[in-house]
Amino acid sequence: MDIQFKPEDLAFRDEVRAFLKEKLTPEFKSAVVGGQITKDAIVAWQKILYEKGWIAPNWPQKYGGTGWNITQKYIFENECAEAGAPAVVPFGLKMVGPVIYKFGNDEQKARFLPDILQSNVWWCQGYSEPGAGSDLAALKTKAELDGEHYVVNGQKIWTTYAQHADWIFCLVRTDANAKKQEGISFLLIDMNTPGITVRKIDSIDNQHSLNEVFFDNVRVPVGNRIGEENQGWTYAKYLLTHERTAIAGVPQSKKAIQSLKDMAAKEMSGGRPLLEDPVFCAKLAKIEVDLMALEFTELRAIASLASGAAPGPESSILKIRGTEIQQALSELAVEVCGHYAHALNVETPIGNDYAWGVSAKYLYGRASTIYGGSNEVQKNIIAKAVLGL
Amino acid sequence: MDFNYSEEQNLLADSVTKFIQNDYSYEARRKRTASADGFDRATWNTFAELGWLAVPFSEDDGGIGGGPIETMIVMEEFGKGLVVEPYVSSVILAGTALKAVGNADQKAELIGGIIDGSRMLTLAYFEPQSRYDLFDVKTTAKKDGGNYVINGSKGLVLNGATADTLIVSVRTSGEQRDETGVSLLIVPANAAGVSITSYPTLDGHRAAEVQFSNVTVPASALLGAEGQGVAVLQQVADTANLALCAEAVGMMEKLYKETVEYTKTRKQFGVAIAVFQALQHRMVDMFTLHAECKSLLLRAVMTAASGDADARRNISALKYAIATKGQKVAHEAVQIFGGMGMTDEMSVGMYLKRINMINTLFGNGDYHLQQFIAAA
Repeated sequence: MDIQFKPEDLAFRDEVRAFLKEKLTPEFKSAVVGGQITKDAIVAWQKILYEKGWIAPNWPQKYGGTGWNITQKYIFENECAEAGAPAVVPFGLKMVGPVIYKFGNDEQKARFLPDILQSNVWWCQGYSEPGAGSDLAALKTKAELDGEHYVVNGQKIWTTYAQHADWIFCLVRTDANAKKQEGISFLLIDMNTPGITVRKIDSIDNQHSLNEVFFDNVRVPVGNRIGEENQGWTYAKYLLTHERTAIAGVPQSKKAIQSLKDMAAKEMSGGRPLLEDPVFCAKLAKIEVDLMALEFTELRAIASLASGAAPGPESSILKIRGTEIQQALSELAVEVCGHYAHALNVETPIGNDYAWGVSAKYLYGRASTIYGGSNEVQKNIIAKAVLGL
Repeated sequence: MDFNYSEEQNLLADSVTKFIQNDYSYEARRKRTASADGFDRATWNTFAELGWLAVPFSEDDGGIGGGPIETMIVMEEFGKGLVVEPYVSSVILAGTALKAVGNADQKAELIGGIIDGSRMLTLAYFEPQSRYDLFDVKTTAKKDGGNYVINGSKGLVLNGATADTLIVSVRTSGEQRDETGVSLLIVPANAAGVSITSYPTLDGHRAAEVQFSNVTVPASALLGAEGQGVAVLQQVADTANLALCAEAVGMMEKLYKETVEYTKTRKQFGVAIAVFQALQHRMVDMFTLHAECKSLLLRAVMTAASGDADARRNISALKYAIATKGQKVAHEAVQIFGGMGMTDEMSVGMYLKRINMINTLFGNGDYHLQQFIAAA
């Protein structure tokens, strides 16, 4: 056991810092603070990472990964978050990409992986349905074989950024008679296929993140199916386990703590900066302690993965605590900003600049304990699969 | 000690409850918030006709002689309906200041106008740097002959764009954070030099940033004694906190009840999710948190109504409880509603946003916890 960085780790950190200093220009930073990040800014940043060869640190090297050890990944993620780099959109790089290189055939790998790595294609996730949320396997969207095509009919919901998406990866029912987990297949669908309609959901954060996606006799080539027919649940579970690790968001929460301190240094309370208020400091410190625990819990899990273990149900801990900490931090940000946190102003800031966007982030963040398998479902997983209850 | 309403109080409660149930659905509320004013003037006239705008005013001033209890009755039901008409800004904020220190002419004109619905007022008391300190006032009013000349700016003025008259806290002497030297001036919204920028707030209400540039008002615009405005503002804050917390308690009741109903209809894993004990216990907690806040509300309202010395400490206890327990109930409702809780189609998210706004107005939980400690 050794907590210290080695000289080569420090050299790597300097390399990452130099890269961020050069490439993360002020335009990217201004797209991060305040309102929602633009699609263009995200894509531009992801392309810069691709050109550097750093877009997919978690992929195997033969598919375009970096070959970094866990210390290097840790350093990279932390430096990017601390510098305020746009977060990589997970749907292609962290969700469907790993499913394709793990379960896809060679043709699918050749066709889809390069566009994911180069951010040429924006993906979205077609999992949840109105009647299939926590109980995902209850999904009803059906795909019926018709020659060389599946004909897809049904509806997906809560589809984040479907309005930007070129492709959607979908769980569909291909066998209505099988036990519910056993009749599901995993399809890749071009969003431009006739019969697909995207409808915006008006959400409590007043931003456009969530959508419904409707499928009306959408014809999907059989070649777009990943793996075996009716085995989609296996691939979905693999993806969800990966999603849960990515969802912990430790570097982003560390950055959020720094932002909170910066805001609290500016916000005056009782004639002094709020940052000097012991009640506020105690609240922030409590979250910081939780985050320190989470960071090491995640590092222990990653170290175990690196030594060859498969991601286990313990990743549910990371999802539960990670999202709870994100929510606690965004709640505190709203408190710090006081009155102006409650102005509904998506175009320009009103009052104090630093209050701009904190409520939208807080309100959208309420979803983090709901999506990716609600935290209640995560607790059921731990109870069943870890504790044997 | 008696926890029962009087006959008149029961009648008031019945009439507000029926109105909210019959005429103030969430859909109807959404139409109001989308309108130009952000509320419905016909509804405002109905409030006047039903006597609700007269509730906190004495019979001498043309009111019905109600106090904290009657205001609580109205506001608790308004909370359930998420009422957006400018009751808090006009009746509670401006009304309390006028009631406290208005002279006969001011009361006759302005309280009379509030009660019959012909006038809408608001209170401009917050400034971008002042957070929860009512005495932190940079906006100045300088004597110029028989007039005051106002310069400065006020933030988050509730219903600032639809009020015809603003009661403005200004510094007539001393430094920015002195407790004395703050005065209240009655300023017509259309006075030369007043500029009002309106914007919606997350809770579906409206607020405004208001700039004063050499705005001149006569000496008769002074409300109360010169330099003694902070005590009046504190009295307004106490009354407002009682009203806003009553609103929040009404919302908490709706939140736990609507969550219970939703879980009976939402099916996952082949059953209504209401059967899951993990959720049942959380809904029991929501129910309990509401009961606690209702108790603290009654405690604060009843001590305020009888003029007890510890009334203000009880208000701080209540406000801290609403900030923590009220927000907790709303967070739980969104969580248990799942994705649906994230949509504007459901009211639970709007209750959350209104509770958060209430937590901020006139001191958040941390502020009141410290006030509570200081008052011990």
